[in-house]
Order: sequence, then structure tokens, then C-alpha cells
Amino acid sequence: MAVDTQTVEKLAELARIAISTETIDEVSNRLGEVLQLVDQLQAVSTEGVAPMAHPLDEEQVLRADEVTESDRREEFLQLAPQSEEGLYLVPKVID
Amino acid sequence: MEWEIVIGLEVHVQLSTKSKLFSGASTQFGAAPNTQACAIDLAMPGTLPVPNAEAFRSAVMFGLAMNAEIGKRSVFERKNYFYPDLPKGYQTTQLAEPIVGPGEIEIHLEDGSSKTVRLHHAHLEEDAGKSLHEAVFESGHGMSGIDLNRAGTPLIEIVSEPDMRSAAEAVAYLKKIHSIVTYLGISDGDMSQGSMRCDANVSVRLKGEEKLGTRTELKNINSFRFVERAIKVEAERQIDILEDGGSIVQETRLYDADKNETRSMRSKEVANDYRYFPCPDLLPVVLSDDYVEQLRNELPELPDAKAARLRDEYKLSAYDADLLTQERATADYFETVAKACGEAKLAANWMTGELAALLNREELSIGQSPVSAEQLAGLILRIKDNTISSKIAKQVFEAMANGEGDADTVIEKRGLKQVSDTGAIEQMVDDVIAASAAQVDNYRNADEAKRPKMMGYFVGQIMKASKGQANPQMINKILKEKLDALL
Repeated sequence: MAVDTQTVEKLAELARIAISTETIDEVSNRLGEVLQLVDQLQAVSTEGVAPMAHPLDEEQVLRADEVTESDRREEFLQLAPQSEEGLYLVPKVID
Repeated sequence: MEWEIVIGLEVHVQLSTKSKLFSGASTQFGAAPNTQACAIDLAMPGTLPVPNAEAFRSAVMFGLAMNAEIGKRSVFERKNYFYPDLPKGYQTTQLAEPIVGPGEIEIHLEDGSSKTVRLHHAHLEEDAGKSLHEAVFESGHGMSGIDLNRAGTPLIEIVSEPDMRSAAEAVAYLKKIHSIVTYLGISDGDMSQGSMRCDANVSVRLKGEEKLGTRTELKNINSFRFVERAIKVEAERQIDILEDGGSIVQETRLYDADKNETRSMRSKEVANDYRYFPCPDLLPVVLSDDYVEQLRNELPELPDAKAARLRDEYKLSAYDADLLTQERATADYFETVAKACGEAKLAANWMTGELAALLNREELSIGQSPVSAEQLAGLILRIKDNTISSKIAKQVFEAMANGEGDADTVIEKRGLKQVSDTGAIEQMVDDVIAASAAQVDNYRNADEAKRPKMMGYFVGQIMKASKGQANPQMINKILKEKLDALL
């Protein structure tokens, strides 16, 4: 299954990845190769097989509802490019 | 043309767990920004989520209260989108295998009718953080501030079928959800603090048409009143467009309460492709039959059952019973008053009348009432034993509301005790008759049929003389005897 340019552009937009016009054909071909593997999987009959949510055949362990974390704000804020008054700063985004 | 409005609601309820859905960070409201956002909430590399057992317990309790199927196996998925208040780039939520499956609840409308609304499903998910756009910074750099304290707080999203046909039905449904989650104690349900948020899917169609019209989604309507207004104004907008021959665009719209209008949120349209897939960091959660049955046994008495019991045990009307059971605290208050004074009907009347008016005026919840249940019961006891009349009781109630103490203290201090002393009342009757020669003549000359009505003047004068404290039954009896003796 080939992937057309438009689909690649849309995927790039959704994933917030910049793909230059020079590389778009190459990306499209490589994605197509991945999808060929998917085509092989699609060809296998899965009738009667329940969809798998996780490769491990295990059940999730839950934790008790307790506060175990302490305030490490100052450490975390230092990792951010910009912060002020205890807030992480980002370019303005408004709906 | 007659139009029908079709409404489905998505209600987000914040669960009142101590810690977050996938981390041990505190969920306490009102903390300084980012002091309750840990490495997991911030999506630091190498961290792994571990689900909170209490969030599952809350969700299952909710499902049981909604007569719904319980997803004994549920799976978390990733809903992918980019927004600054979502550090991971996806929200961990449930889609194909949610914790609560189809169910139904009965809603009660103001005209006394009831209706069943079907639940599509309810799922567990994490909340996002908050973006602060307003001028929170002194330096005018024009950037947005992000507070991630709320990120990872557990929510249940409750999705109804499109079963509601008016804004009033939508409000009744929302109130029912509110009362169920607060009865269960799984959320404080406070809409003003965002503990309960509502999105409404609204469409219109010609009456009799089976096919649903194109819907719009109204985002984040944060009070019962706004839900009603937003739905009404959006339905009107759609009807206007259709009647002018236009068509509805499926989109997300925001309700502007100040302008009472809805407007398009264009930015949300582009990225409406969430590419859900099962979260590889989390295994399926499997709950045993025993666990679910144990929770079923722990369910408290729910609003409908409580209303039925109040009708039965206290002989309340359906209307009063519904009104008094909307909130658990109100129902508890009522039962305390009714048991302490033995006058259920009077207790209900005072609560839906004077007390409701007082709380409304002061914008207080029943828990903050300045008049306690014990105080109200004390007041009703004094009406019951004729110490005071109902009219004087209102004065005493106001005094109790102002913190002047319990009913007996107020009655004593203000000297409001009803006068039931025959001698004293006879004296007042004599005085009024003596001072009202003209009215007495009229009374004497009137038809017998008209006389009872004419007594009103005398009763009024005597009441005035006694400052409202004379026992009305005794005045009537003594006055009639004295007037008739003059015939």
C-alpha cells in the first residue's frame, strides 16, 4: 500500500513534525514499506481471535490512593526553557 | 413548522480521590501552581503510570448507581493531540473497553413527570492542566502560563444517548447526575470550581422526523443555568438557519454567557483526528465479580429510593420528596428536623419555604445554614404546642438566622410568647369593643350571614393591640361570645 503525499503531509501536521519537500517522497516510500508489512498481517485470518490490548498476558496492578509525591517544583521549573511565578511559559495559545 | 430539539450530554466529573489517576501527587484544590505536578504528571522520560484503585472503586460505584453494566475488564487508550496543558501529547482515557457500559436513569421534571435517559457508557480518564492567558504577568511578554496541578486528576466522563428533548430535560439529567455522584461521595460536584463540567451535543429536526439532524457540540458549560440557556440559544440559532434554507455545520462551539450566544471554535476543527490506540504502559484492568458485588452492597441509599421512603415514611408529597432528596445533606437535615419535632409536613414546608429562601438569598448551601436542623425542630415544636403562632414563628426564624440563639431563647428574650390567658384576652376584646362603637352598631344591624366577615375588623384590632401574640382561636371564640351578647 502506497502512501500519497497528502497523507504524509497530514500525518506530519498531526505529529507536529516538519518534513521538507525534498524528503517527502522518501518518507512516503518508507511509510509504504511499513504498510506492506501491515498488509501481510492483514492477510492472516483472525477470526475468533480477541483483539489484544497488550502483548503481556497480565493484569494491571492498582495502587492505593495515597499521596506519595512531594513538591519538586523548583527542580522541574529549571528544566523548562522559560518559567515565571511558578508557571511554565509557552507561546500564547488561545481558542 | 414544529421543531424538536435533540440533546445528548457528556458530563465530566472530577473524582475526589486524594491522589491522581496515575501518580501519587496530591489533587488538593487551590495549591500554588505546579506544586502538585510530579514527574509522571509532567511526562518525564522513564516514568510509568500506575492506576489508582480508589478511582476504579468510584467509577464502579457510579456504574452500579446508574444500573449499568460494569466493565470487569477495561483498557486504557491514548488520545493523541497537542496542547500546552497536556505534557504527554496524549490523554490517557478509555474508548473500546470502558469501565462502565450501557445503563439508564430516571429524571424528574418540574411538571411532576418522569423520563428515562439511557447512558451510552462512562469511562475513566485523566484531566489536563490549566492554561492562564490573562494578564497574570507583570512583564508584558504576552506568553501563556501553564499550571499542571490539575494534570492527571481522575475524571469520569459520562456519555448519555441523545435522549433529551428540551433544555429543561438536560438540566434535570445533569441535576440527577450531580445528586448521584454527591450521594455516593465520589465527587463534590461543584460546578463553579470545575469539579463537574458539561458538553452538550445539540441538534434539531422537524417533529416526527426519525433521522437526527447535524449536531454541534457546545463546550464547557459550567452551571446548571448556563446549560439551559446555552442549549436554548443554540437550538434557536440552528432553527433560524434551517428555516432560512441553510444547513448546519458539524462543529464545536463555545457558549458566551455574557452575550448569551454560541460561537464557533475553529481551531478545534483541524486536529480532530485523535489516533486512539491501546496504551502500551498500562495493562488491562480486571475486576472480580466478588469485588463488584461487594461494592454493590456498599451502595448508600440513592436519591430515588430515599424519595420513595420519605413519601412512605413521612407521608410527603412526591414534589416535596423530590425537592428534599436532590442533595443528601438536605435529606439528612429534613430527617433530623422531622424526627426531632414529629411534624414532617411542617418540617418540609419550612424547609422548602423560609429556609430555602434564606439559603438562596445568602447564597449558602444547606451545610452552611445559619439555622441548624435542631433549631428548626425547636421552632416547629413551639408552633405545635401553641406557644407561638405561625406568623410570629417567621419572626423567630429570622432572629435565629441572625444568630440570636434557639427558638426558646428568642421567644423569651423578645417576649413573643402567645397570650392564651383568657382574662387577658377578654380584657383586650372589651377594650376594642368599647373603642369601636360605630363598628359594633354595624355588626348589630347586619344580616347574620354577613356578621362572621365583619368580625375581621375586631380581630385585626385585637391582634394589633397584642402585637400579634394573642392566640387567634381564643380571640375568635371570646369575641363572638361578647359581640353576640350585645345583639
